[in-house]
This record gives sequence, structure tokens and C-alpha cells, in this order.
Amino acid sequence: MLNHLVNLNPNQKFYWLIGGVAMLLTIASSVGWLLQSRLNKQTNPSEKASKTVENLITRVNAWWVMLAILGIAFLAGKLGTVILFGVISYFALREFITLTPTRTGDHRTLSLAFFLLIPLQYYLIYIEWYTLFSILIPVYAFLLMPCISVLAQDTEHFLERTAKIQWGVMISIYCISHAPALLLLPITDYTGQNLLLLFYFLLIVQLSDVLQYVFGNLFGKTKVAPIVSPNKTLEGLIGGGLSAVGVGAMLWWITPFTPLQSAGMASAIVIMGFLGGLVMSAIKRSLGAKDWGNMIEGHGGMLDRMDSVSFAAPIFFHLVRYFFTP
Amino acid sequence: MLASFVRISIIALVKLLIGAQPRWVAAAPNLAQSIYFTNHSSHLDTWALWVALPKQIRLKTRPVAAKDYWGNGVIKPFIALKVLNAVLIEREVSRHTDPLAPLMEALTQGDSLIIFPEGTRNTQSEPSEFKGGLYHLAAAFPLVKLVPVYLDTLHRSMPKGSWLPVPLICTVRFGEVISLAKNEHKKTFLNRARDSILKLI
Repeated sequence: MLNHLVNLNPNQKFYWLIGGVAMLLTIASSVGWLLQSRLNKQTNPSEKASKTVENLITRVNAWWVMLAILGIAFLAGKLGTVILFGVISYFALREFITLTPTRTGDHRTLSLAFFLLIPLQYYLIYIEWYTLFSILIPVYAFLLMPCISVLAQDTEHFLERTAKIQWGVMISIYCISHAPALLLLPITDYTGQNLLLLFYFLLIVQLSDVLQYVFGNLFGKTKVAPIVSPNKTLEGLIGGGLSAVGVGAMLWWITPFTPLQSAGMASAIVIMGFLGGLVMSAIKRSLGAKDWGNMIEGHGGMLDRMDSVSFAAPIFFHLVRYFFTP
Repeated sequence: MLASFVRISIIALVKLLIGAQPRWVAAAPNLAQSIYFTNHSSHLDTWALWVALPKQIRLKTRPVAAKDYWGNGVIKPFIALKVLNAVLIEREVSRHTDPLAPLMEALTQGDSLIIFPEGTRNTQSEPSEFKGGLYHLAAAFPLVKLVPVYLDTLHRSMPKGSWLPVPLICTVRFGEVISLAKNEHKKTFLNRARDSILKLI
């Protein structure tokens, strides 16, 4: 079986992966229906239980939609994937800036961030111009955005406004763009398979989130950071994190890694994803909100789904680049 | 055919740009004839409210637009009249014509309306003083429901003088229906109407 999987061509591996995830979702959907029908049979179901089950079902349904969108983008190849992540960045930045108190003086800067910076950053990935991709935002946008804002001559909270916009742009555009940037890495003995590595990355991040949620709900007792993120528990983190690392190790055959390396990479993804979730939750709360938005039913906003991706992607990207490219 | 194609495209574009998510704060959406009155801070206001309305309500709700702007050329009247089904009014008040006449006519026909009682765009998140139009409409059509609406981010999305919008999620908040009390003074009513929007902030 394993030999068979290792020897598949990238396309076949891709279908196996999509099929595998679809199978997982089918199981999740079935569990949801089962729980619901069992609840319906009870004479007096508790409100909390029915809410949890309802939330589970909407979440799984949203996952089906996300899998379909991802599948279509992947089938469309590099262009489709780059466009998909550009759109994700757009929605993420829209959520971030909506909650950020900006002033009229920031208007031009913000328009340019949305309509110039996002397309440019993803175009650079598409044409595989690595150097400019990696400095466009930390160097050029960092310096030029305040230059544009300053022309409006509004000094009220200038530093705070500028810093917040820069954070939004870094997280929503720069960090998230490191996921599709995996496509431009010339990985040794892995030509033409980078989409699989991106799939691997997304699968580990999201699986880690989901498994932490599941383990947390089943066994969660010790809260890790009750003020920042009341849903995160130590039991969830350990149970979910270790399972995600296990899955990562078992998926080594779609990556350029050995099983052990794959477990290490998955650990880095899980840890950064967890920390990213915490930091983004703290930011969200300091901006006075509970959810980033309500785009994805059951999940909250785009950034509620991408918070762990934004922290894990750049680290994973650079680990792969340092250890696995010539 | 062309109009409905343009309509669907505009609705998709508005959602992509500013979300225009409705939130019915006080009551569920109601098909009864209504005047939706809202704060006015950008060119996107009409679109946001219009898109946020449920389709059945949107079909019978007509935004009010300025004739001197929307009446000129080919494309603008097409969008105003065919796509939005807007009621065009004169901004220049002359002594011979009643600027509210087209609105009264639409209300008589049973249509619902979207109006901006401030008359002109302002740059703040809070609406400025209301003009008298809302009062006259309320007095002439006591059975029509007056629904206050607050548009929360559009003064930041497209402030006066800007030509490119900033995409921010606009939540369109529909508040509690108000009505003109018996013998209520014009000024009192207009302040109360403005307060009903302020309550939604």
C-alpha cells in the first residue's frame, strides 16, 4: 500500500488527498447527522448540546465549500491558486481594516494597499520573482505607506494609525502570501509537485485547528489562555497537536521530507498555528471584537480561519527554503 | 434583460466591495410599505442599503436620487431608472415646483422609498441635522412605516472627495419603526427621527 502511494505521480497523489479529505468530511457530516437525530429523539434536549451540534454541522458544511473552492483552484494550477490566495488576502485585510480605527487621512494609503499591493504581491509570486516578493511589503510598503499618509497632514494618532495599517498589511497580505509562495521554491527532487506541499501545509494547519477543537471539547479542562482565547485548552493542544503531527508524519509521501522530517515540519506548523491563533485573538479583542467577521458560517470571518495560516506559512516557507532548496 | 444582468452584477460588486450585510436590530424585515431613512456620508450609501434589503422588499423599494446628476447622458439614466428604479428629484428648489411631488407620487402608487433626510453627504459617522422632507412625507402618508437605518463604515469607505473606495465591511442596521405623533411639532419629530438613527450606532 505504502509503496503504491509513494510511486504515484503528483496528479494521482492529489486525487488521493482530495479523496481522503472528502472521506474525513463525510465521516464528520455523518457524525453530525447522527448526533442531531439522537438529539431530536430526546424529549428535552439541552440547549447547549443542540447549539454545539448545530455549530458542528454548519462548520462541516463550510469545510465542504472550502474544500471545493480549494480543489477547483488547484485544478486551475498556479494561476488559480495565486488568485484564490489574493482573494483571501483581500477579504482578510477588509476584516482587519474594518475593525481598525483609521481616519480620512489614511484613505489613499488604504486604497493602494487593497488595489495595488495585493495584486502586486501575488503577481510577484506568479512570475516567481522571489527577491522582490520578500521585500515588497517589509521594505517598500513599510516606508512608502506612511509617506502617502503624511501628505494628508493629519497628525492625530499618526503612529498608531500607521502601525495598525502596517500590521494589517503584514498579516493579511505578506504572511498569508507565503502559503502560495511555496509554489516558487525550487525544491530538490520535487519539481512540479509544489502544489502538493501547499496542500500538505494547509491540511496540517487546519487539521490541527479542528483536532484541537475536538480534543478540547471532549477532554478539555485546563485553559491555556482564558482571557485571550477561552476555547483553547491544554488537553486540546496536546491531543490535537500530536494527532496533527502524526498525520503529518504519515503524509510524508506527498512531501520532499522523510517521515521524521515531516513530523518535525508538522510540529513547527502546529506550534506556529497555535501561537498565531492566540496572537490574532488578542488583536481582535484589543480592537473590541469577538469575531473578525461572519463570512464563513460557523467559523466567523476569513481571519478567524486564516489566523493560524498567517503565522505558520512564513515559518514553514523559510524552513523548506533553508533545508530543502539548493 | 440587460437591466437585470446589470443589476445582478452591481449587487455582486457591492457585496465584494463593502459586504452590505443587513442586521435587523429591532424587528424582522417587513413587506409593508416603508420609508427607509438613513445617514448620508458617501456615494455608496444607496447601493449598500438597496443591496442589504431582502430581494422581495428590494423589488418594491425605490431609492431617491438627484435628477441633475442621474438624469444626464445615457448610462446614468439607464442605471437610475432601469436598474435601480429610482425616483429622480430636483435638488434646486424653485418656487413653482414642489421637490417632494415625485416622492408623494411614488408613495401614492404604493412603492417604498430610500431617502437621506440630511439632504447632502456629511463627513462624520453621525448624521447632521435633518431637513423637513421626512416630516412632510410622514404627515402626508401616516400609514407608511418609517424605518431608521444606520450605515456604519461608509464615511470611511468613500469620504467626500475621494475617487477610489476602501473596501470595508458595512453593516446595514435597521432600527425600530417610528411614526409621527398627533400634533407633533416638526422640529421635535425630526430630532426624534435623527435620534432613532443615533440609537443604532
